[in-house]
Amino acid sequence: MSDPLGSQIREALFATPARPEEPEPPPEPPSPQPHSEEAPADLPADLRIDLYRWMRLTRTLDDTMVAMWKQGRGLGGTFSGRGHEGISVPMGLALGPDDVIAPMHRDVGSYLVRGMTPARVFGNLLGRVTGPSEGRDANLHGMGDLSLGIIGYVSHIPQQIPITLGMAMSFRYRGEPRVALTACGDGGTTTGPYHESLNMAALYGAPLVLVVENNQYAYSTPLDQQMATFAITERAAAYGLTARTEDGNDVEAMFRSIKAAVDRARSGGGPTVIEARTMRMLGHAIHDGAEYVPRELLERWEARDPVDHQRRRLLSEGVSGEAGLAEIDAWARAEIDAAVAEAEAAPFPDPGTVSDRIYA
Amino acid sequence: MRELTYIAAISEAISHEMERDPDVLVLGEDVGGDFGGAFKVTKGLAARFGDRRVLNTPLAEQSFIGMANGMALMGLRPIVEVQFADFISTGFDSIVQSAATIHYRFGGKVPWVIRAPSDGGIRSGPFHSQNPEAWFVHTPGLKVVAPSNPADAKGLLCSAVRDPNPVIYFEAKPLYRSLRGPVPEGEHLVPIGEAAVVRPGTDLTVVAYGSQVSQALAAAADLAADGIEAEVVDLRSLKPLDFQTVAESVSRTSRALVVHSANRLAGVGAEVSARISEECFEWLDAPVTRLGGLDVPVPFSPPLEDAYRPDAHKIAAAARRLVAY
Repeated sequence: MSDPLGSQIREALFATPARPEEPEPPPEPPSPQPHSEEAPADLPADLRIDLYRWMRLTRTLDDTMVAMWKQGRGLGGTFSGRGHEGISVPMGLALGPDDVIAPMHRDVGSYLVRGMTPARVFGNLLGRVTGPSEGRDANLHGMGDLSLGIIGYVSHIPQQIPITLGMAMSFRYRGEPRVALTACGDGGTTTGPYHESLNMAALYGAPLVLVVENNQYAYSTPLDQQMATFAITERAAAYGLTARTEDGNDVEAMFRSIKAAVDRARSGGGPTVIEARTMRMLGHAIHDGAEYVPRELLERWEARDPVDHQRRRLLSEGVSGEAGLAEIDAWARAEIDAAVAEAEAAPFPDPGTVSDRIYA
Repeated sequence: MRELTYIAAISEAISHEMERDPDVLVLGEDVGGDFGGAFKVTKGLAARFGDRRVLNTPLAEQSFIGMANGMALMGLRPIVEVQFADFISTGFDSIVQSAATIHYRFGGKVPWVIRAPSDGGIRSGPFHSQNPEAWFVHTPGLKVVAPSNPADAKGLLCSAVRDPNPVIYFEAKPLYRSLRGPVPEGEHLVPIGEAAVVRPGTDLTVVAYGSQVSQALAAAADLAADGIEAEVVDLRSLKPLDFQTVAESVSRTSRALVVHSANRLAGVGAEVSARISEECFEWLDAPVTRLGGLDVPVPFSPPLEDAYRPDAHKIAAAARRLVAY
């Protein structure tokens, strides 16, 4: 696989360190590893292009959202998922139609892949009645839609893990060949429910896949101030889960790994944790300039941006030509422009409905 | 009608619902196998319905309640046992942040029941005696019930299991084996959100729920010997609250005494009392009065615990003061 820039950057292999005496830069992603034998070795060309297509749509949505909020066209705060597209998109694409997903707040790509339209996403972001929460929940929270198999996010990290465990357990209870997938960040791995749920998932053999989007910062706190060892994968394995570390900026590696985990869960092989190493490229939320992140760290990760990386790979391997990719880029731009126009024209909710839907 | 203890009525409700609906299951600490839970409420269920439907969990309230959220979102109807109501705080986020908000935020349904063995008077100290219902009444999106007798214990639990919303069911431990009463066999539902006048009277209204209903009835018998006729309203559901039944009673008696075992400060009685003051002001002949636990942890030693909680004597004394006002 020809990927000169990627391999150059991946020179330094990540090894689980002891607690560093000096503050160290957060870990680099691992070099590409041979993937498990059940994972598809070669992805079909149309899937590889699809991965790019959804990442481009996701990135265009994100860029547009950030620009709108900076222009004062936003409402409240919002969360950028820039840099996470190589994780959120394959999380959606690796699932089957009857599977369920509880994405986190940087996973707008998962929502799009599962069928939530960009207009509904912007409807939610702008507090319109057309958003999936009908104006009841803010930004990328509460964007659940059970008809799409999507569970809305809760800020109390990582509430989505025990919920997803429960969905997985319902599939096991009913003997259904379905899988439940969720994600949390590195910060989520330091909470009690993370450890409780991993223990229970392994204990019960639940058909669960958990992607840890290790973007190296929990708000302003870097990894080395969150945990004495960065052994996220090893901790999961110690509970009895299958656990892997992947390069979260390599969308094809992520797809293979997630697909293998989903297949394993579906066939009764139990739960998997995939630690996807990436970098949060903007602040915690839109208000946050993230001055606490070293610029050189961001520059290093910007050079291996997951969307650009996949674009270069498709071109260099002859999977697609420049014209085909430019067409995708233009399609994404038009989709998002239309979505914003539709959402900005949509009505706000009627205040008379404020108490509606408190009970089912 | 045949009689059951309060705890047997709870067990009967669970097995009735499991028999009726294959989506109903039980989960919690120590509930499974031959053991059947710390209080034996679920004893025999695993043998009858299989381990699949009676799931033992590790010590992890936050996650096993969260797991119930996910099961319920997919259409199962988990009955979750928290071993003591005191331990429900460990699972607080999964209840008040997730379960309670899901329907409002995106329309998902979370039809679980949490059974919370609550209340004291049985010398169990600060961590096995609590009545934390006010936290959940204060939370939009939840329903909260607290039966006072075996028939309601069965009927409210069956209704809670069938309700499409998260329902917290506070069962009163002091009544488990001390209170027997008639319980209809087979199908028996008590609607959530309906209070009951359990003793008619003319001189004052005593509003209570859970174990304090028995205390209020004992107090009313004592008062009747002195010619004071107390009407006793059993709230049964704390959320939604059937205030209409309370108001109707107070409009006839013109005096109201609100009683619960939980701390009086900012308790459910504060809300009931405030609403009586706001909505029944013209009918009142005396200030609305509250009896509840003191603003201290539930103490262990008998003289301290007795000083902490209301009982029939304290209710009767407060009623006499109200009638004499």
